[in-house]
Amino acid sequence: MINIEIDGKHIEVENGCSVIDAAHRLGIYIPHFCYHKKLSIAANCRMCLVQIEKAPKPLPACATPVAEGMKVFTASEQAVKAQKGVMEFLLINHPLDCPICDQGGECELQDLAVGYGGSASRYQEEKRVVLHKDIGPLVAAEEMSRCINCTRCVRFGIEIGGAMELGQAFRGEHAEIMAFMSDTVDSELSGNMIDLCPVGALTSKPFRYSARTWELSRRKSISPHDSLGSNLAVQVKNNRVMRVLPIENEDVNECWLSDKDRFSYEGLNSAERLTKPMIKQGGKWLEVEWQVALEYVANGLRQIAHETGAENIGALATPNSTLEELYLLQKLVRGLGSHNVDFRLRQSDFSADSKQTGAPWLGMAVADINRVDRFLLVGSFLRKDHPLLASRVRQATKAGAQVNLIHSTDDDLLMPIANKEIVSPTEMTTVLAQVLKALATAKQATLDTSVQQIVQSVTPSAIAQAMADSLAGGERVAILLGNFAQQHPQASQLQLLAQHIAALCGATFGFFGEAANSVGGYLAQAVPFADAEHGMNASAMLAAQRKAYILLNVEAELDMQNPQQALAAMGAADMVVALSAYKHHATEYADVLLPITPFTETSGTFISSEGRVQSFKGTVQPLGEARPAWKVLRVLGNMLNIPGFDYNNSEAVRDEVLVGTDLPAKLGNVLHGVSAQAATWDVTGLQRVSDVPIYATDAIVRRAASLQKTRDAATPRALMHSVELKKLNLQSGEMVKLTQEHGSARLSVIADDSLPHGVVRVAAGHAVTAELGAMFGAIMVERA
Amino acid sequence: MLSEQVRAKTDRELKKYPPDRKQSAVMSALRFVQDEKGWIDTADMADVAAYLGMPQMSVYEVATFYNMYNLKPMGRHTLTVCTNLSCQLVGAMETLNYIKSKLGIGVGEVTADGKFGLREGECQNVCDEAPLFMINNKKTCGHLTKEKIDQILAELDKE
Ligand code: SF4
Ligand code: FES
Ligand code: FES
Repeated sequence: MINIEIDGKHIEVENGCSVIDAAHRLGIYIPHFCYHKKLSIAANCRMCLVQIEKAPKPLPACATPVAEGMKVFTASEQAVKAQKGVMEFLLINHPLDCPICDQGGECELQDLAVGYGGSASRYQEEKRVVLHKDIGPLVAAEEMSRCINCTRCVRFGIEIGGAMELGQAFRGEHAEIMAFMSDTVDSELSGNMIDLCPVGALTSKPFRYSARTWELSRRKSISPHDSLGSNLAVQVKNNRVMRVLPIENEDVNECWLSDKDRFSYEGLNSAERLTKPMIKQGGKWLEVEWQVALEYVANGLRQIAHETGAENIGALATPNSTLEELYLLQKLVRGLGSHNVDFRLRQSDFSADSKQTGAPWLGMAVADINRVDRFLLVGSFLRKDHPLLASRVRQATKAGAQVNLIHSTDDDLLMPIANKEIVSPTEMTTVLAQVLKALATAKQATLDTSVQQIVQSVTPSAIAQAMADSLAGGERVAILLGNFAQQHPQASQLQLLAQHIAALCGATFGFFGEAANSVGGYLAQAVPFADAEHGMNASAMLAAQRKAYILLNVEAELDMQNPQQALAAMGAADMVVALSAYKHHATEYADVLLPITPFTETSGTFISSEGRVQSFKGTVQPLGEARPAWKVLRVLGNMLNIPGFDYNNSEAVRDEVLVGTDLPAKLGNVLHGVSAQAATWDVTGLQRVSDVPIYATDAIVRRAASLQKTRDAATPRALMHSVELKKLNLQSGEMVKLTQEHGSARLSVIADDSLPHGVVRVAAGHAVTAELGAMFGAIMVERA
Repeated sequence: MLSEQVRAKTDRELKKYPPDRKQSAVMSALRFVQDEKGWIDTADMADVAAYLGMPQMSVYEVATFYNMYNLKPMGRHTLTVCTNLSCQLVGAMETLNYIKSKLGIGVGEVTADGKFGLREGECQNVCDEAPLFMINNKKTCGHLTKEKIDQILAELDKE
């Protein structure tokens, strides 16, 4: 430890600490631009100059490490003179266009200029002009003359985003921030550059010129998208969400947000919002009063339960619904006498149901990901499914962690991958079994009978062996299963094998979790096996068509594992009640549309994949006649005379679920009574590999206009290995017809030699592939 | 794709650096490209980036930072006249103006036949020979007079 003194105050800090960090710990503010606690030190703005005893000239506090006995003066005459000098230089070329600048009011340069700048400029000469750039639909680089070349945006790309999309070209006075060959910035974390830019050079394209920052009120909320549970500051003007910024939470999202969390708010104000209850009568949709609509629903459900049996009612909800909504939905359905309720809409293998020790979860704290030294990632589109978790894994690799990957696609994760095995979905269990075998041999362990059969049937490949060695050599090992592994038709076998691998190398073992409430759904008992009596799971409910469906936030053709089957079931039902924030395709098959509110217009709770319970309040009033779903379900429960539906507020619902519950005890990834067999699943011909594209995951983000203009939201194409294309005599770029069972889609086909042979990669969750069948399994390709 | 020759030369450079520091060879690789075709295109930069396993933008930063890389075609013989202080004191500006009028082009331009390009340069570290220019960043011609310039240009013209 080192003792230093800053402005007369003494502090003891560790060796290597910078003067600026030491000062911040003392609560002493040193002006700065290029310094950022999460980025490397560039020391190029010179705003942080301070006086240090015995140093002949002022030194940059961000780049000066502490030394024993150092005496620092941050506000001495020499320091202030230096800081004022730097400020004068920074302002020389700055356009000083604050009145028309979007950053005005939250600009670090503006703030510091007030403190350190002169009231008039001595500079009379011509200012330099830097031309604007178009770097994509999210980040505006329209006024690059404002740039002070701090390179925070560049360092963010390299260090946190994992790709150097922006750089500083040219030199000295001519230096400019730009992308290579006027490319766009496509990082799924790009919005953070807007926050980092200390001036108004990089601004938010969707938000620009729509409000002044001081007109906005700031309300805390939680992201409803991925399973991380990012903390949001939702900024509101005139009862409209204008913008979303991160709230710093070191254990969750640090100071970042993914672009999905940041820009999805545009979907809240979409023209497709459903604002009035509607009933279909004689093939026409009529707007009705809430009372009428709810009575219609209550009567319909009562009648179906009465006449054909309650088990003819099924309820489906998205995992983006709140804990309260999910809980009341299952309570309503169970109150009616049915147990058919599920939120795991894209799952296809339910054989682990009630054989698992608890709700599948991350198995560790999010913050601990950074400290893992060996990863085995199984079936995950990590970067797109979990942008900020991917960034944490990336940080871990910077500290030397090795990443082993078993998956069906080889998308660039923008981090070094130590070993990877890219195989078709049907081969995934085999690869895991090989790794398990290699580990067991190395550790001379006898394997549990549940995995013996499959392990005996395989011989570890060199890669599997390398993975096993990598995992065995780690101290803090994590085996993590992604969305793809959870949606996989052999999900429970993958889980079982991963569990045994984890056991052999003392690893933590868990699931990334698909959506904001993937853990919460279990806690809310929105699963068919939560009770003594079991009902049908999401897939069974569609396979054995029900007479009535209640859909909570669900768009049947986009949110389900098998859209074809889902639409058929909806079409055949006597009654479909769609609780939705949007008017969507349900108008084709539903009988009632109940306008419910998205997360910004209701209070609620999400339980993130690490088991973190985060409740939030509504940030704006419900739009039109839309109402929070928990209230709608409450009224329905009362109308149907189901006991226990008189809650005063959503907190009462939450407390009923969580108070007195030992949450950690409810989480558990260990399987009992499942066994893995060799080659239990095979597909003849080509098999489908599906991802749910990052901006197609849920109803809100699908309607976020700017996100829909990004490259990630481009119309899906069918991707195949060129060997497979040749077999079919197809050219890359041609239009093909893809067929699964009795539905087809027309897409252009592109050669992608990073894919394994025998697969076609086709995105799910998108309108153009909504006629297709299950996300996994056989698929036919022919020239269109 | 980088030409075989550029790749061979770059490989030789790469031997000087640890295998995980391939990007150390970026300046040499860019120089080899310029030696071969006279200038460096963004496509060449992308090729260099791919060859050295570094971000394209990072190569672009290097290529645009250093004045001696030509980012556009500069003619078969690029004359870089030093206009820094020592040279200016002994008439670098007159030298420059004379070449301008002689070739009928301005700084940063190329003659219509593509033979000569003209650039302004920084101190070449041979101030004792001022005024001077370099030909294709390789050969320094000092103690320039009008006659000497005429003579050099005439010789180059014949090549
Ligand atoms: S654009 Fe902003 S963040 Fe990037 S270098 Fe310029 S001032 Fe810094
Ligand atoms: S903050 Fe220290 S030089 Fe920029
Ligand atoms: S100033 Fe021209 S060579 Fe040094």
